[in-house]
Amino acid sequence: MNEILEILEKDARVSPVEIAKLTGQSATSVKKAIKKYEKDGIIVKYKTVINKDLAKDVNSFVRALIEVSITPQKDVGFDYVAERIYSFPEVRSCYLMSGTYDLLLEIEGENIQTVSNFVASKLSPMPNVRVTVTHFLLKKYKEDGHVLKKSKRKQRLNISY
Amino acid sequence: MKIAKKVDQLKPSGIRAFFDLVLNMKDVISLGVGEPDFVTPWGIREKAIYSIEQGYTSYTSNKGMAELRKAIVNFLYHRYGLNYHFDNETLITVGVSEGLDLAVRAILNPGDKVLIPEPCYVSYGPVVELAGGKPVFLKTDIKNEFKLSPKQIEKACTKGVKALMINYPCNPTGASYTKKELREIAKVVKKKNLIVISDEVYDELTYDFDHTPLSSFPGMKDYVIYLNGFSKGYAMTGFRLGWVCGPEKIIAGMTKIHQYTMLCAPIISQMAAVEALRSGLKDVQSMKKEYMRRRRFVVSRLNEIGLDCHMPQGAFYVFPSIKKTKQSSLNFAQDLLKKKKVALVPGVAFGPSVEGYIRISYASSFENLKEAMLRIEQYLAK
Repeated sequence: MNEILEILEKDARVSPVEIAKLTGQSATSVKKAIKKYEKDGIIVKYKTVINKDLAKDVNSFVRALIEVSITPQKDVGFDYVAERIYSFPEVRSCYLMSGTYDLLLEIEGENIQTVSNFVASKLSPMPNVRVTVTHFLLKKYKEDGHVLKKSKRKQRLNISY
Repeated sequence: MKIAKKVDQLKPSGIRAFFDLVLNMKDVISLGVGEPDFVTPWGIREKAIYSIEQGYTSYTSNKGMAELRKAIVNFLYHRYGLNYHFDNETLITVGVSEGLDLAVRAILNPGDKVLIPEPCYVSYGPVVELAGGKPVFLKTDIKNEFKLSPKQIEKACTKGVKALMINYPCNPTGASYTKKELREIAKVVKKKNLIVISDEVYDELTYDFDHTPLSSFPGMKDYVIYLNGFSKGYAMTGFRLGWVCGPEKIIAGMTKIHQYTMLCAPIISQMAAVEALRSGLKDVQSMKKEYMRRRRFVVSRLNEIGLDCHMPQGAFYVFPSIKKTKQSSLNFAQDLLKKKKVALVPGVAFGPSVEGYIRISYASSFENLKEAMLRIEQYLAK
């Protein structure tokens, strides 16, 4: 992957001037490249990874992974059905999978009831949805490459040869 | 009770007090650390845990586990085209530090002289002195990017000079040598029949060109004691594991000392090291990429701030000049620590005549480096 993207993927707050110093390019060309990535949709969004378990003022919520088996549509395959499903705001992620089911959805709701309602009243009744299997998340250990537990690793000595 | 004269005469590190000050201070941003800020890759740590679970808690053969020695020579062959025999040309040591000590003890007779570039790693002079040898320091400075020239080595080869110690990429300067430069050094080594103790522990952290082991030039195997280890590239400092490859006679000599003084390197570290060689290179590459960026950032910031700094080719150190501040390196370091809580190592630690430089380690998070550079800038602006 391009170096600028690599740096931003790890930390979106690194400024163009800093990226320029890290990569040995000029700040102007870094700014230009970033603009282009944004325009082309390569950079989709800048966001923050939050451990909501620790953020006390965040309303409680539940998350579930749902396996969905669907009947593909003529001419458009899975894409048409997938679009109808992922357009619901409750769906945080939607992936087409190999294996025993077709779509994997990640759903977030205030409680088990809201997620169940979504499955029962919106997802399952869709004409092309054959089977759904819902798994509720119990605990998050690691997300997007980040371990959510604060590391207790002992510091290195402050100074050494 | 009196300690031995030889030990008594070892120069006490003038900066011990400064080190103690840093170690006891809280909330310091430290650029003074000589080890990676990455933790050992999990696959390697997992293997170490597994080894303990499986009951690998015994001694190994003096030379180290055959499996590890085989893995090392195999690795060296594929990485650098080096041809060492795992059994009579390879020894596993407790870090490169032990390797250095064994090497000088195995080759020096009382009074033999050893050429050592300056600035250099802190133990070079003392291990030579403890082995009864005499260090002869060859100065390098920022003008020649802290590199020894072949001429300089040749000129220094006066009567009694038996060996040359070289460390590239270098702690503390980050300097390294290209293949072309090494070829010229190799010529002088042969001409003057020197034994070279070549400490290449930072080899995986070479940024602008490929690292070339000195022993890879035709015929040089007979002149070189090649030292390397797992500490820096694989972020395994606490495992204390290194290796030596060299001529059979010298390895036999070093093994003799090693068997009486160390017996063997810890088996758990050896098991972990086998895993490091098997699967660790990918982790090394990703750490290297990170260091490379930080290096560019730090050099660019230091020059911006007004501290003259060359672009080092390897390791994770930069060695800027502080001559314009007119302070000694120790004063500079002490004052910066006191006023801005940034710790770094004064250049004088790396040789008594090394003045006007500081060592900055960029084995520290980008956030830390950014903040530290800002503080140094503020310090200099006052």
